[in-house]
Amino acid sequence: MTPEDRSPPDRRWRWAAFSLVPIVGLAALLGFGLGRNPREVPSVLVGRPAPAFALEDARTGQQVRLADLRGHVVVLNFWASWCADCVTEHPSLFAAWQRYGDGGAVFLSVLYQDREDAARSFLRRYGQGWPDLLDPGGRTALAYGVSGVPETFFIGPDGRIAAKQAGPSSYGLLVSRIRSLLPAENPA
Amino acid sequence: MDVAASRPRRRFGPALTLVVAVAVAGVALWVGMSLGSSPPPTFQERVQAVAAGLRCPVCQNLSVADSPSELAQQMRADIGSRLRAGQTPQEIRQFFVSRYGTWILLSPPRHGLGILPWATPVAALVAGGLIVASVLRRRSRAGPSAGEPLTASERERIRREVADLEEPD
Repeated sequence: MTPEDRSPPDRRWRWAAFSLVPIVGLAALLGFGLGRNPREVPSVLVGRPAPAFALEDARTGQQVRLADLRGHVVVLNFWASWCADCVTEHPSLFAAWQRYGDGGAVFLSVLYQDREDAARSFLRRYGQGWPDLLDPGGRTALAYGVSGVPETFFIGPDGRIAAKQAGPSSYGLLVSRIRSLLPAENPA
Repeated sequence: MDVAASRPRRRFGPALTLVVAVAVAGVALWVGMSLGSSPPPTFQERVQAVAAGLRCPVCQNLSVADSPSELAQQMRADIGSRLRAGQTPQEIRQFFVSRYGTWILLSPPRHGLGILPWATPVAALVAGGLIVASVLRRRSRAGPSAGEPLTASERERIRREVADLEEPD
């Protein structure tokens, strides 16, 4: 029996099944895409050297250079006074800074799309002991691929970005990230 | 006359027409796109051209060129200063990809996995063309030779009805 002799309904079923394959595949792909958070921007910077910067501290007027901090764990937090999540996050950052600020971790905040006076009154109200850096034109935020605040980068003593947190960091998360980067003999 | 014996030559006409039409449309599209811009673009247009290919990170389905958000404004300013510094549009795109990932590009790259969305429509078009061509070929082959040969009475009936058509009275 040659394929030509096969009955038409049989062939029709085969074609229907065959044409369903790409449709089902496409639907599965779309279903997978719909299940994901469209606002979640995956960071490509983790594991790579942290982009260099030299920014002015709004409180002291001194310039802070990332290159000078090699050998330290750096907690780099992008924030704004208008951001509600930053208000939520601030006590955790403050507590982590109190615990690790003198123990090998350097805390830096970078002001993101905000007015200097608004930031100053926020910090007067909620307290802060670490540098608050000004980022004119948002160039450092762009260099770090920041798409919203708060975003926190954990930079290891080797100058590489070890982790990124998009959205508010809890105290527990800050502590575990910092501890994982501190040398074993100094986990505070 | 034996109908089965007088099988016509395979009709590739429709399939060939389809292939030629697709080829002509493709060439016309390519020529139209390459003739699109005649005067040299202004600086602002060059910024917009780069920005139009980048996704605004804080928007839903808006390019950096179209978004009024502050981040998009900063990105446009950054693109402008990079163009002024002599960077090429490709280098600027590469900078944003190195910071935000290929996610930032509105058109996927034409290599690696990014080739999939570019190749799929072409593959689908070719597959569809092949299916249409094979169906047409099968129909043209099956048409006149389908079924059993006519019996003598059937042939006689056809002859009578054709004769009636030619001489209605």
